[in-house]
Amino acid sequence: MTSASQGLAGTAHEPDDRGHFGPYGGRFMPEALIAAVDEVAAEYEKARHDPEFLAELDRLQRDYAGRPSPVTDARRLAEHAGGARILLKREDLNHTGSHKINNVLGQALLTKRMGKRRVIAETGAGQHGVATATAAALMGLECQVYMGEVDTERQALNVARMRLLGAEVVPVTTGSRTLKDALNEAYRDWVSSVGHTHYILGTAAGPHPFPRMVRDFHRVIGLEAREQVLAAYDRLPDAVVACVGGGSNAIGIFHPFLDDAGVRLVGYEAAGDGVETGRHAASITGGSPGALHGAMSYLLQDADGQTLETHSISAGLDYPGVGPEHAFLADAGRATYEPVTDAEAMDAFRLLCRTEGIIPAIESAHAIAGALRLGRELGPDATILVNLSGRGDKDVDTAARWFGVVDPESLPTEEPPPGTDAQTGEREL
Amino acid sequence: MTRSVTGVDRLGEVFTTAKAEDRAALIAYLPAGYPTVKGSLGLLTQALEAGADLVEVGLPYSDPVLDGPVIQHAVDAALKAGVRVRDTLEVVEQLAARGGRAVVMTYWNPVLRYGVDAFARDLASAGGLGVITPDLVPDEGAGWLDAAGREGLAPIFLVAPSSTDERIAATTAATRGFLYAASTMGVTGARDAVSDTATTLVERARTHTDLPIGVGLGVRNGAQAGEVARFADGVIVGSALVSAAEHGRAAVARLTTELAAGVRGQHTGR
Ligand SMILES: Cc1ncc(COP(=O)(O)O)c(C=O)c1O
Repeated sequence: MTSASQGLAGTAHEPDDRGHFGPYGGRFMPEALIAAVDEVAAEYEKARHDPEFLAELDRLQRDYAGRPSPVTDARRLAEHAGGARILLKREDLNHTGSHKINNVLGQALLTKRMGKRRVIAETGAGQHGVATATAAALMGLECQVYMGEVDTERQALNVARMRLLGAEVVPVTTGSRTLKDALNEAYRDWVSSVGHTHYILGTAAGPHPFPRMVRDFHRVIGLEAREQVLAAYDRLPDAVVACVGGGSNAIGIFHPFLDDAGVRLVGYEAAGDGVETGRHAASITGGSPGALHGAMSYLLQDADGQTLETHSISAGLDYPGVGPEHAFLADAGRATYEPVTDAEAMDAFRLLCRTEGIIPAIESAHAIAGALRLGRELGPDATILVNLSGRGDKDVDTAARWFGVVDPESLPTEEPPPGTDAQTGEREL
Repeated sequence: MTRSVTGVDRLGEVFTTAKAEDRAALIAYLPAGYPTVKGSLGLLTQALEAGADLVEVGLPYSDPVLDGPVIQHAVDAALKAGVRVRDTLEVVEQLAARGGRAVVMTYWNPVLRYGVDAFARDLASAGGLGVITPDLVPDEGAGWLDAAGREGLAPIFLVAPSSTDERIAATTAATRGFLYAASTMGVTGARDAVSDTATTLVERARTHTDLPIGVGLGVRNGAQAGEVARFADGVIVGSALVSAAEHGRAAVARLTTELAAGVRGQHTGR
């Protein structure tokens, strides 16, 4: 079986020396941090050729995170997808409950190599924060996690997990109080602390080398899955699909299939209440090129280049930007990106619970919804590989409200989620 | 278009005049649109009248990653009140019409969206002298450098204590007008003491360039301005003035007067 370190071996699809994927990527950031990202780039370059580093990464991914993750043939779900074969790449079974650990273990090892003693992270759903807090505990690093105040409320379970793991969680109260603002605060911290702190960026976005490096740490998802699907079915999937927030789980599973011309790659963006309502987070579908948080990419912005507020039921997808390699793949037509609304995602969430006994992260439910749609389009002969990027424990509260399965009185706030039946406050499960 | 007297030339005069008077130049930052567009014009005019040699007109942006709470709050308020990019250009135009010297301080995405060439053209015709770009480094600035060169505007880049000598050399080579030296590793915000990393950074930069060097981040009173004036060509004050602006024109005038005395070595300390 493929090992995690093979993801770092280099491919035919690399950015230029300064991190440009065509017109996207690069470094749009303060000079004060350039030395730090240069150091990260240089250290990563050394590490990925260092057999000791690679062996340590593989050991942790295997013995600690539990890789390889299995591929599950979701037969009962498939009945709702026009009979197409739906294969789930089970990143939800990794330690800490999502794909985020793949990147974090790599960057935490890098932090040690750079001799830094503290890590910071931004988090939306809290999965990246939990993974970072976990790796920090494992490696004896100080850890501070920035999280929008709105997200600390809707992902309260993960806040508690991070605190149990010894991390300090800082609720961010500026701007829209979600993931974008958490990134801003993490950058502000890093400018002041860069001498002893590494910023473990949680997605395949930001300034060079993050989009490429984070992608490499996640390529193991696609490398394993490709091998697993070939071994079990003696063929490649017709399509590989994933949800896209910043784009790390998607690029991780897409990348090893880039040269397989017959394999369709589809990313599903959070459409919130619907792209046409303006209340969404679909950066490629509804955005335009611009620079945010260190890179040029698609961005939700107004006519003056101000970042727009986003909306998604999924905290991890509630972000106005996307990694630059996705922008590049979208323009090149090699991957396509489609919107999935809150309601579609929650329908898929329920369906996966009820047909397969798997409670997905709401982020991942967007990919499930996309796969159902695509399966009906491609028909019963098709095989669709879905990245099930995380598990849904953190979302039980949100889902319970959405479906009205818990007495609303017992929940911390009384406001019903958008789309709830106005009369009864309930929803069919 | 080639202008007979360019923004770069007029920016140069700010520093030659100060030098002739054996002092540093005082550079005052305030955001356009705070508290209102008209109000910001009044405050900036006040700063120029009370002794600022040059003003930096801040272009409000939704995600100011290099700014601390004071400036974040002010630009947030300006954006909530509906300030637009063209308001910043308008403020510059009004200041220039009264003989004031102004550069724009802006994060890069609003300029990208406006169009780099169009922004350079419109800023130059408004009478602006240059642009300070906190999140654009020369590495990504080819298009901007062309446009600025064409319009006679000064591209003003930053160096930081963490900048390597190689980067200081490349950054100063791309910069015109003056070099912006960030005094400490951190975001904008008034600080109690001027860090000694600033002197070291200015000394390092001087080995690469004859450009005037302005030092910013953290200066908040006349005494600190006096300290910085001993080793820098320009003293840049932002957050402290924005805090003063919360109390109105008189407070801005008072602080600017104190800072102007400071850069002349006349501030007696407090
Ligand atoms: C389970 C899960 N999937 C997906 C995402 C979205 O991130 P990305 O697009 O980087 O994979 C998150 C982010 O929090 C997540 O927790």
